[in-house]
Amino acid sequence: MPVARVFSRLRYRLAIFFAVLGPGFITAVVDNDAGGIFTYSAAGARFGYLPLWTLMPVALVLIVAQEMSARMGAVTGKGLSDLIREEFGLRVTFLVMTLLVLVNLTNVMANFAGIASSLELFHVSRYISVPLCALAVWFLVVKGTYHSVEKIFLFACVFYITYVISGIMVKPDWKEAAFYSVKPVLLFDAGYIEMLIGMVGTTIAPWQQFYLQAAVVEKGITAKEYVQSRVEVVVGCVMTVVIAFFVIVACAGAIWSVQPTTITTAAEAALGLRPFGEYAFLLFSAGLFNASLFAACILPLSTAYSVCEGLGFESGVNRRFREAPIFYWLYTLLIAVGAGVILMPDFPLVRMILLSQVINGILLPIVLIFMILLINKSDLMGEWKNSRFYNLISWTTVVVMIGLSLALAGFGLRPLE
Amino acid sequence: MAETLLFFTELLGMPVHDRRGRRIGRIKDAALVPLVHPSRVDRFMVGGAWTWLTIRYDQIAFISLEKGIHLGDEKLVPYHEDEYTLRFSRDLLDQQIVDVNGRKVVRVNDITFRLEHEPGGPDYLGVLEVDVGIRSILRRLLQGTLPKRLIRRLQAPISPNSIRWEFCNIVEPDPQRRLRLNISHQKLEILHPADLADIMEELGPAEREAIVETIDSEVAAEALQEIHPRMQASILEALEPERAAEIVEEMSPDEAADALSELEEETSEGILEEMESEPKTEVEELLEYREDTAGGMMNTEYLALHQNATVADALEALRGSEELLDNLNTLLLVNEDGHLAATVPLPRLFIAPGTARLRDLASSPLIQVPVNEKQKRITELFDKYNLLTLPVVDEEGCLCGVVTADDIISVLRHK
Repeated sequence: MPVARVFSRLRYRLAIFFAVLGPGFITAVVDNDAGGIFTYSAAGARFGYLPLWTLMPVALVLIVAQEMSARMGAVTGKGLSDLIREEFGLRVTFLVMTLLVLVNLTNVMANFAGIASSLELFHVSRYISVPLCALAVWFLVVKGTYHSVEKIFLFACVFYITYVISGIMVKPDWKEAAFYSVKPVLLFDAGYIEMLIGMVGTTIAPWQQFYLQAAVVEKGITAKEYVQSRVEVVVGCVMTVVIAFFVIVACAGAIWSVQPTTITTAAEAALGLRPFGEYAFLLFSAGLFNASLFAACILPLSTAYSVCEGLGFESGVNRRFREAPIFYWLYTLLIAVGAGVILMPDFPLVRMILLSQVINGILLPIVLIFMILLINKSDLMGEWKNSRFYNLISWTTVVVMIGLSLALAGFGLRPLE
Repeated sequence: MAETLLFFTELLGMPVHDRRGRRIGRIKDAALVPLVHPSRVDRFMVGGAWTWLTIRYDQIAFISLEKGIHLGDEKLVPYHEDEYTLRFSRDLLDQQIVDVNGRKVVRVNDITFRLEHEPGGPDYLGVLEVDVGIRSILRRLLQGTLPKRLIRRLQAPISPNSIRWEFCNIVEPDPQRRLRLNISHQKLEILHPADLADIMEELGPAEREAIVETIDSEVAAEALQEIHPRMQASILEALEPERAAEIVEEMSPDEAADALSELEEETSEGILEEMESEPKTEVEELLEYREDTAGGMMNTEYLALHQNATVADALEALRGSEELLDNLNTLLLVNEDGHLAATVPLPRLFIAPGTARLRDLASSPLIQVPVNEKQKRITELFDKYNLLTLPVVDEEGCLCGVVTADDIISVLRHK
């Protein structure tokens, strides 16, 4: 093959990589939302470097689940809720969508709570920050187009670098961090086990699978470009885990090395970084704000998309309010309720989040099993369906995830009794 | 009370009775045989003790919401898979179809039948509408949990959202099945190309290709021009090179060149090979230029006359190039060597006498750009001089194409 042709191929491939950049990256990174940051901070503050090894299974689970969604989107050109509807009927779809709305609503609440508490570190009252952010989120999507929104989201991904910097500023013990990243440690301590289950169990959320597949479709990625899209998914997942690594390391270095502490909010972790310099604290808090705001943007959007697709209503940010009323009403309500409850003084937020863990424990197994069933249908996927080996990996992942999310649901039920 | 309407969800699970009134099973599905009749329900599948049985429409005596289906002829045959039937539950319910009248893709929630009572003859069902929207979702979710009459009453306050069967276009990717089910995509050809493009973007890749494959290539080309370039590329790639070439020939040369430049070299060469020589050379010339320069933006759909021509000559030339008329707003004048000499706004011709020289009607100053001019500069020129058409010339000053205002609007929108 002449050199020029090799070069032109390479350039073509690279051009495609940048053309498909977006969905996989964004979905993976938003995995580190307010809840994710709290889980990792709590793990680092209480157990130091010990939990770092779990990031490997986290990465694996994330990649397996995301890869399947991206592949289904690229090959079928349809969203996950579309496929569930076509293959499993209206009743099942309705059930899944109802659960999805409930879980995502509590997630939106958690992220608005993250916005409130991170900005309170900067002495901004929640009665100002939450309504303003809710309005900003609403306008972003209602007034934007898919492409402009995606650009803003990709830009928000860059801000996660704040965690890396604040992690370095804390001057953690790198040798120990490197050592425990590869050495699995099991302690027979209820708190430790619960933490491990929490870390891996919250890695994939149902909304991610819906969002990623829909975004791949919306972007018009085809089976031919899928190879590049898969690279994007893997890079995104690895980056997400790297950020999680720095969050744990920062909390291990700043809090655990002084005194192992049980923290109850991510904002507490930020405060713990203060003795290591004002900047470390500021960056960590800014990162928390960015992560919460980012997730608060994506969750309502993704929910409205999935529900409207599955039930056959008009949807899409490229349509106007009048053309897609249910889409916009659902979107607006999710934001209004999600942000509104944060302003209610006595709202039992912790109970809601535990409850959401329980519903999640019911929903996630359904979604994952549907995904595997769908991806093995040859009339849908053709040559792109799972190979036997890949099926082994994905079924194992799914069974493990179902076990973990049911365990989490159990933890969630305990205080509710 | 005799019903005039029946919903498919009500039909599903309806008991079937033989001539002596014994129940033999419940309805599992029903089907059209489009080659026989476009809207009459021809077969009913009933779940018997062991297997499904097929009821032909003329074996039914009467159908009623309360009493179910009663047969007039009980000689039923076991159900077997038949490629000529369109089964509602399997092939239509929950699937996407195109609403040609509303110009959008919709998902089928339920189907409304017209119940025909012929005096003396059997009752039969005709497909009337396909139901979408909240009313049909509610009906389907409740069906089986509450009495049918109550469900009808509950749904009554919600306004119906249905599409007449004549305006429904099923998109079937499999060409064999398309033939057997008598499905064509010709209804789509009456849509505005921009609407058709939106619809195609909303469907899956297999359905998109099925549409492009089967509709008139001129319509396909027009619709394709409205689609995002990367999706254009993936559609063209999936087609046979001959078919892709037919469509690309019908596209305007600049759009065709843009679409082909998105493809891998081998594929675009394959398509070019299949094209006829005239459009092929035009497209090939345009492919030489970078996308963000005048050469990449221009098209070759212009009308150029000799600089000494008169208004009468111009009118004559216009009559001879009818295909350009829709988008033409400026005449170009060239000298013997093909160098651009002047531009004439078309409306000037109306008020000038037939003998007037075109040169005297020219707008000044003459604005032109070289083929390698940057996109940004071109947009500025359009804004500054309020242009509709901007001629593009090569290194020697010879006219080689024009950039038109619609190209500029696309560029600005995609920024």
